[in-house]
Amino acid sequence: MPVKIYIPCDTTALAMGADEVANIVEFQSREAGLSVDIIRNGSRGLFYLEPLVEVETARGRIAFGPVEAEDVPGLIQSLVAHGDFSEGKAFAGKHPLYLGLTEEIPYLAKQQRLTFARAGIIDPLSLEDYQAHGGFEGLNQALALTGSNGPQGIVDEVKTSGLRGRGGAAFPTGIKWQTVLDTPAEQKYIVCNADEGDSGTFADRLLMEADPFTLIEGMVIAGLAVGANQGYIYLRSEYPQADKILNQAIKTAYAQGYLGENIQDSGQHFDLEVRLGAGAYICGEETSLLESLEGKRGLVRAKPPLPAIEGLFGLPTIVNNVISLASIPVILAKGGEYYRDYGMGRSRGTLPVQLAGNIKQGGLVELAFGATLHNLVFEFGGGTFSGKPAKAIQVGGPLGAYLPEEQWHTPLDYEAFAANNAVLGHGGVVVFDTSVDMAKQARFAMEFCKIESCGKCTPCRIGAVRGVEVIDKIIGDDHREQNLELLTDLCDTMELGSLCAMGGMTPYPVRSVMEHFPDDLIKAVPGKAQQEQEL
Amino acid sequence: MTKLSEQQYQVVAKSVSDKKALPGALLPILHDIQDQLGYIPKAAIDIIAAGLNQTAAEIYGVISFYHHFRLDKPGNHLVEICRAEACQAMGSEALEQEIKSKLGIDYHQTTKDNNVSLEPVYCLGNCACGPSIKVGERVYGRMSGEKFSRLMDKLSTYVVELGQGENHAR
Repeated sequence: MPVKIYIPCDTTALAMGADEVANIVEFQSREAGLSVDIIRNGSRGLFYLEPLVEVETARGRIAFGPVEAEDVPGLIQSLVAHGDFSEGKAFAGKHPLYLGLTEEIPYLAKQQRLTFARAGIIDPLSLEDYQAHGGFEGLNQALALTGSNGPQGIVDEVKTSGLRGRGGAAFPTGIKWQTVLDTPAEQKYIVCNADEGDSGTFADRLLMEADPFTLIEGMVIAGLAVGANQGYIYLRSEYPQADKILNQAIKTAYAQGYLGENIQDSGQHFDLEVRLGAGAYICGEETSLLESLEGKRGLVRAKPPLPAIEGLFGLPTIVNNVISLASIPVILAKGGEYYRDYGMGRSRGTLPVQLAGNIKQGGLVELAFGATLHNLVFEFGGGTFSGKPAKAIQVGGPLGAYLPEEQWHTPLDYEAFAANNAVLGHGGVVVFDTSVDMAKQARFAMEFCKIESCGKCTPCRIGAVRGVEVIDKIIGDDHREQNLELLTDLCDTMELGSLCAMGGMTPYPVRSVMEHFPDDLIKAVPGKAQQEQEL
Repeated sequence: MTKLSEQQYQVVAKSVSDKKALPGALLPILHDIQDQLGYIPKAAIDIIAAGLNQTAAEIYGVISFYHHFRLDKPGNHLVEICRAEACQAMGSEALEQEIKSKLGIDYHQTTKDNNVSLEPVYCLGNCACGPSIKVGERVYGRMSGEKFSRLMDKLSTYVVELGQGENHAR
């Protein structure tokens, strides 16, 4: 029997050399006379260990990582010498990169994986693997509910779960679905927002690359729930690997009767297509995304009308984030109450947190709401990558606040973060060490808005340009007091006068720097005093 | 405006006729053309406009809105450096400077030997292993100036070995 070896094919694993590792494993094992079956799984999300090579034994999968190309010959030799795969005897101490049973790695063992339950375990393109690990149980439930109760049964289950939009806005998913269900129309759409542009986030990408059928299943269920037979996944063009995997998975789903007409002989019909964005951050905003899908410039629309009533091509449309839709199968399979029993307050279920930036053990951590940022960054993340003390943590992408140390014990909960003038957003956590200059980060927030604003609202389009100028003056100690006041005023204008979160929330990181890191903003300018004397 | 070559014309005409019936066809058409030609030649705009029954200004407006679409031909390799916060936290600003000075170009420029075009990008989704860059379709994590030099040597050699500019750019 060949030994099963798992080597991930997700973007981060590939970025760290997984393809080279796979090639050498194949070559070296042939040389060593070890018969192997290499499976390209998705990543478990333990990115600090990528490429993470797993070997199947009778006890379970054992892990080695991070494995670089030059580690492979030693690893294969070690497997030949010590590996007793049928007995699955302990391998401990036999190889420096040995991590024990994958499932027992504390980073993974301590997680509560609902949405990412299959990530890294299965071959993302194997429908058999997907089914063997609980795939399509949610769809079967949904089909049964549709038969007995009509689509309302599905929507009720989603409402019970308490799921709120994981893209960042945290709007109750069940209520959005109800609106689309209640709006009569000949044609309705399910649009998956996979334009994951926030820096520090990769949950959508990981899900799509590690378990694409979950997303497909979630979208089919959404279609059944509201009577929509066409879905689009709007995927950012920066994710070519996800594009490749999704398209192959969709093709397989069509071939196996999980997409198209008469899904699993139910008489239900759902078509699905991937559409690529083109490098515009703003297209992650739902109305801009719809414009883009219609083939236009991604200009934000005014709301109302809500997309649920007048969305894509003017028709009722569900626009949901990847993680929201990918959480639907588990909610349907295990029941809304099962999902709702995780979490705290009004934040129900789990949040896949993404640990990024200057962090020792970066990766995806899925936990029920309620864990603290400190717990995530220091217990899971192991502190900074550089080893210097952490100074600021930005949560929720480029429009999220920078949190100072005194706020790191805030529980991950939408309302608790809002109380700190911060956001959880899509769950991205970016750690900065003490070498960061927070004035530069405030400036970058404005600069990013200047580059990515769609241009519709003046406070955002012009305000961001002025924001960069004003912050430059503050940094350069040019009428500092007056310019600080001007910046506050500008932030108010942007926040109150913009249609969407781009202009409306760019002030969040800026204000957080003004409030929590004022010393960086108003530090002495080298040589300035001398210059003034000379004048 | 440079006229389209016969081959370019075929690509553009085929993209338009294959995809114009799709709902919201413009982005799929633009992607298809850029994937094959590496860019969207200005002379293609009129053909797309005629195919979709839109004005050339509308087509140009869409192309110019999206950072990904380009109207000028890129070098053999498109290098994109992530400028977003997670990579900043890992020193991407210094890396940007190093790469720019090694290549002797700034963003939105192409090296004189036409080997490399440089673009900024805002997040590649590799935020746990930054700083990140993308060359063609491939993302590289934990990038450094030194690693970049080795990568460039490899890419230049590769092109010479093939005896022609292998087009990594999309």
